[in-house]
Amino acid sequence: MSETTPTVDSDFSLRRGIQKVVDFMEPAIVGLIYLCGWSAIIFVMAIFFFVFKESLPAITGIEEIGGGVDAEVEKLDLVEFTTSPKWIPESAKKPTFGILALMLGTLSVTVLSMVIAVPLGLGAAVYVSEFAKGKSREILKVLIELLAAIPSVVWGFIGLVVMNPMIVDVTGEPVGLNILNAGIVLALMSVPIIVSVSEDALRAVPDSFREAGIALGANRWEMVYKVLFPAAKNGLLAAVLLGIGRGIGETMAVLMCTGHSVNMPTSIFDPVRTLTATIAAELGEAVRGDMHYHTLFLIGVVLFVFAFVINLTADLIVKGIKVQGNE
Amino acid sequence: MEYQIEFRDVSVYYGKDIALQGINLQIPRNEIFGIIGPANAGKTTFLKAINRTLEFIYSAKTTGEVLFDGKDVRQIRNVYGLRRKVGVVFPLPVGLPMSIYENVAYAPRRSGIHDKQELEEIVVRCLKQAMLWDEVKDRLHMLGTKLSGGQQQRLTIARALSHSPDVLCLDEFSIAIDPVTTMKIEDVLTELKSEMTIILVTNLVQQARRLADQTAFFNKSKLIEVGPTEKIFTSPVNQLTYDYVTGDFG
Repeated sequence: MSETTPTVDSDFSLRRGIQKVVDFMEPAIVGLIYLCGWSAIIFVMAIFFFVFKESLPAITGIEEIGGGVDAEVEKLDLVEFTTSPKWIPESAKKPTFGILALMLGTLSVTVLSMVIAVPLGLGAAVYVSEFAKGKSREILKVLIELLAAIPSVVWGFIGLVVMNPMIVDVTGEPVGLNILNAGIVLALMSVPIIVSVSEDALRAVPDSFREAGIALGANRWEMVYKVLFPAAKNGLLAAVLLGIGRGIGETMAVLMCTGHSVNMPTSIFDPVRTLTATIAAELGEAVRGDMHYHTLFLIGVVLFVFAFVINLTADLIVKGIKVQGNE
Repeated sequence: MEYQIEFRDVSVYYGKDIALQGINLQIPRNEIFGIIGPANAGKTTFLKAINRTLEFIYSAKTTGEVLFDGKDVRQIRNVYGLRRKVGVVFPLPVGLPMSIYENVAYAPRRSGIHDKQELEEIVVRCLKQAMLWDEVKDRLHMLGTKLSGGQQQRLTIARALSHSPDVLCLDEFSIAIDPVTTMKIEDVLTELKSEMTIILVTNLVQQARRLADQTAFFNKSKLIEVGPTEKIFTSPVNQLTYDYVTGDFG
C-alpha cells in the first residue's frame, strides 16, 4: 500500500460527510423556499381578509360587538354606493355614501397620466436601451432611477406649488389643482418605473435579434418596432401595468394635486377626488365601527377589485398572445 | 476586373483589442468563398465589416477600405440598401418574433413588393431552397421563434435569401442542422452560385473543401493565406494553414 491511499480515503469520507449534511438539509431548504413563495399569497390573502372583514358590517348590517354577540347596524345602500355621485359621509341630516364621483376621479387621473406616461416612458426606454451610448446612457439610467426614489409627498408639493400657478397662468382657470395637474404629476411619477422595467425588457432581447433585423435592411426604428417590441412585449406590458398600478394606488400626490373635491369630472380642468385620497384623508377621523368607517374599508375592497381586474386583464392579454403564437 | 468585394488594408479595433489586422482580400463574383480559422480569428468581424453592422458596436473602429461592387461601403449613403444586398445568416439561429411567413416576407415587402401572390412565391421558393418548406408548409402562420434550433437556422437562411441578395454571407450556418439536411443545403448553395456570391464562414474544414472555390485561412485577426481551395488543402504555403487543415493545429 502506498502512503497516499489513506489521504484519498479520508478525503473521500469527508466529502461523503458533507454530501450527507447537504442531503439532510435539502428538504429544509426546499421547505424554506416553499414558505417564501407561499408567504406572498398569505400576505395578500390576509390583507384582503382584514379589509373585507372591516367592510362587511356595511353590507350585511350585522356587526360583532365582542363575546360572540352580534348587533344590528345600519346597512349601506349598495345601489347608492356604486351609482350616486354624492359623497357626504359626515352629514348630520342624511349621510350619503356614493363613490361614483370618486371612481371617476381615480379613473380620469389614471387614464390621463397613462396617456402621458406610456409613450414618454416607452420612448425613453427605447432611447436609453437602443440609442444612448456609453456615458450618457449610464448617467440617464442613474437619473431615472433617482426620479423613482423621490417621495410622493415631494411630487405632491411640486404639483401644489409649481404646477398649480403654472396651470392657472397658461389656461386661465381659477385654480390649478385638477385632473390635468394630478395627471401630469402622476405621469412623471410613473415614468421612471415604466422606463426601468421596459428598459430591462428591451435589454433582455438578445443582440442577435437586433443584428438579424438590421441585416435584413430594417432601419433602427423599424428594428425597434418590428423586432424588439414583439420580442419584449410581456416585459413592456408589465411595465405599463406597474405604471397603471402606481396611478391607481398613489395617494399622497393625488391628494395634494387633484383639488380633493367630490366632483363628477367633465373636463380635465375639473378638480376631482380619488378613492385612495378619500381613504387617507378620512379614515383617521371616522369613528371606529361607524358606517363611515366600514364604507371606507369597502372602498379599499373596490381598489382591490380594480387591481385584480387589471392584473387579470394583463394575464389574459399575455395568454392571448401566446395562444395566437401556438395556432 | 471588378470584384464583388474587396478589402484594402482593412483593420478593425474593438476599443484597444484588434479584431482584424491589415486585411487585403478580393472576392470575385459568383464564387463560393470559404473562410476558415479558429475561434477569435476575426471571421465574423470580417462579415460585419461588409454590411456595416459593425457600426452598431459602440467601440468598433474600422480603418482601410471595404469595396462592394467597387464602391467603398462607408461612402454608400443608403446603408439599408447595402444591407439588403447582403444576406447574412448568423451562427445563432434567430427567428424574428413574427410568423414564419412574415419572417421571410419581411425583407421583400420592405423593398416594395406588396403583391400577395408574388410575396407568396418568394416565401415558398426561399423556404424550399432552405430545405424547410416540407416541415412548415402547414403552419406558416406559427411564430418563427417556436421552431426548433435547426429549423430556425434554416428559417434564417430562407430569410437571407428572401431579398435576392448579391452576396450571401453564411456564418456557421450548419451548426444546428443534421448532416443529411446540411448536404441538401450545400447542394442548393452550389446551384445558387450562378445568382450570387457566397461567403461561407465555417468551422467544418471539410465543408469549405467541399463547397468553396477559394478558401481563406484566418488566425488571430490576421489573414494567413488565401488561394484556390484545393491548393489550401493540399499544398498550403504557410505551416499554420497546413496544421489547421490537417488537424494538427494547436
